[in-house]
Amino acid sequence: MIVSKKEIPSFLDKLISDYQVFAPVQKGSYTLFKQICSGTDAVLDGGITKLPVKEIFFPQSEKLFSYNVTNEGAKLEAPVDDRKKVVFGVRPCDARSLTLLDNVFNNDKYQDPYYLTRRNNTILVGIGCNSPASTCFCTSVNGGPFDTKGLDLLLVDTGDAYVVEPVSDKGKELAEKAGFAAASDADKAAAAKVKEEAVVSCRVNTDGLKAKLDVNFYDPIWDRIHEKCLGCGACTYLCPTCHCFDIVDDAVDCNGCRVRNWDSCAFPLFTLHGSGHNPRSTNKERYRNRIMHKFKYFVDNFNEIACVGCGRCIKNCPVNMDIRVVLEDIRGSEARLDS
Amino acid sequence: MKNPYLPLPMKLVKNFTETEDKLIHTFTLQYLSEEDEKSFSYMPGQFAEVCVFGKGEAPFGIASSPTEPGFLKFSVAKVGVVSTALHLMEEGTIVGVRGPLGNYYPVEEFKGKNVVIIGGGFAFTTLRSLATYMLHPDRRGDYGDITVIYGARNPGLLLYKEELAAWEKSPDINLITTIDRAVDGWTGRVGFIPAVTEEVAPSSDNAYAIICGPPVMIKFTMPVLEKLGFPPERIIMSLENRMKCGIGMCGRCNVGGKYVCKDGPVFTRAQLNELPNEY
Ligand SMILES: Cc1cc2nc3c(=O)[nH]c(=O)nc-3n(C[C@H](O)[C@H](O)[C@H](O)COP(=O)(O)OP(=O)(O)OC[C@H]3O[C@@H](n4cnc5c(N)ncnc54)[C@H](O)[C@@H]3O)c2cc1C
Ligand code: SF4
Ligand code: SF4
Ligand code: FES
Repeated sequence: MIVSKKEIPSFLDKLISDYQVFAPVQKGSYTLFKQICSGTDAVLDGGITKLPVKEIFFPQSEKLFSYNVTNEGAKLEAPVDDRKKVVFGVRPCDARSLTLLDNVFNNDKYQDPYYLTRRNNTILVGIGCNSPASTCFCTSVNGGPFDTKGLDLLLVDTGDAYVVEPVSDKGKELAEKAGFAAASDADKAAAAKVKEEAVVSCRVNTDGLKAKLDVNFYDPIWDRIHEKCLGCGACTYLCPTCHCFDIVDDAVDCNGCRVRNWDSCAFPLFTLHGSGHNPRSTNKERYRNRIMHKFKYFVDNFNEIACVGCGRCIKNCPVNMDIRVVLEDIRGSEARLDS
Repeated sequence: MKNPYLPLPMKLVKNFTETEDKLIHTFTLQYLSEEDEKSFSYMPGQFAEVCVFGKGEAPFGIASSPTEPGFLKFSVAKVGVVSTALHLMEEGTIVGVRGPLGNYYPVEEFKGKNVVIIGGGFAFTTLRSLATYMLHPDRRGDYGDITVIYGARNPGLLLYKEELAAWEKSPDINLITTIDRAVDGWTGRVGFIPAVTEEVAPSSDNAYAIICGPPVMIKFTMPVLEKLGFPPERIIMSLENRMKCGIGMCGRCNVGGKYVCKDGPVFTRAQLNELPNEY
């Protein structure tokens, strides 16, 4: 199927009457996913959004429930957001990140109803990346600029139009309902050419990385590798696969609500015990945890690397920590098993 | 989909000052209905997130035993926001309890075995649950000898005086209490847990050791247990990493790839030997 770029706003306007529609919108010098009221608000050529798409499913701050408590009992109300949504213009790396987060919010014992209800009610329409940025390294971590994992529909930008490739049944249905025209052989050839020409020039060699992390927890390399890092946590807030959070009360006396907020393993208070003891007391342990979590623990638990190579942490670190360099550095380090 | 974030409202019916320094209070919470009680089925070693509405929630080991119907007990040290709010709470107030969470002591594996319980300071909470569970007349026959070695800095800091007095007299359990330095009128032992454990020298034949306490106590008792011949598979510990969600999602409590809240808090020494020392 194919849709011309000119038709996109009216297509989105039609969607808006049936769904909450989210798309990248311009905010100063960058783009962010926001709910749109008009199809013309969507900015589809702005590259990757500043914040990852996870915030639609796992907002930075979200009410879990409200309560009203007396000495007789407690009245709890937990509104779970089950509105139908379409997220339009998701990049493949962000879509993949959601499939990784699914493992966390739907684990072997517990289901998170807030995240999962939103996931189940959302259709993801992706746009492939014709010109990946210099910080992108998706192809080094099992992704790619036209990877369809996690998407329902993939759009391939062929200049004046998007070639529409259905990925899931949900996506196919949406495309059929929209009445997109059939793609000609020439259109399909153009899409294939675009895909072939999109090159992720940056390649991070991850061969043997996991095997190294399996044995180097006590390696002196960790003393050195974190040194530049300020522990500001920016990389964790902007990372599409980071999922740490805190739970706090926002209340006047006994009426209020319980709220969850993004938190970060980069912060010392994150793990500080009530006793004063802290298992990750310095930045060394905290930086090590971030790397270990993404490239070892997540792999042990779910058989996937918890990094999609989006490059947000590289672009936004105030001291230019580059995770690609860190990984290469680690790969070269000697194995060390004991403390 | 069951919402794991919603607490069960319970009534705080007793706020009891447990220790002489007043820093530990034991709270007895009552279910508001029989249905609520049925929905909360737990085992010794599990914990719950207890919330003071308006202040927040914090994880505490369940100190009561499933063999004690009708209520839950928690013994709480005053260290921060939630624990202080609990300490100040009037009887009759509604609090929230989210759980039970985590795994539990392997009481099935203990069957037919001798069980040595070693506790230091106020970390005795879930050990009280465990001992009470095994001592229940319906269950006592399932286990061999039960030995409890329990120490605190001074007699006033020992928890659960009533239970200790009863255990003292009971033929079903061998209770050894110890304090750090001698005081008048004390009839138990004097000395640190590692030394007392070495003196008592519980046999490791066909036995499990369960140990909870401050990190230094654990550190120095471990070699004693090894010397007594307890293999790492039969030394059981409970970890207390800082927690929030209790369900393996908020990322806070991990030790290596394991989440203490979801995969623990109870681990064998053998399991911990495979993990980094981040606890
Ligand atoms: C499985 C498990 C079982 C447990 N069982 C028990 C039990 O049976 N009994 C018991 O008493 N405890 C138990 N604990 C420990 C208990 O969970 C903590 O003591 C409790 O969470 C403290 O909560 P709080 O809100 O009172 O303290 P918080 O207000 O969270 O503060 C705790 C400490 O953190 C530090 N801190 C927090 N916020 C800040 C800040 N903004 N700035 C600086 N410092 C800060 C302070 O040092 C403070 O003393 C258990 C823990 C776990 C994980
Ligand atoms: S953004 Fe940079 S400085 Fe900040 S925590 Fe991440 S690596 Fe460290
Ligand atoms: S670690 Fe960096 S590159 Fe990898 S997914 Fe997170 S923000 Fe993107
Ligand atoms: S307490 Fe949240 S992951 Fe364990």
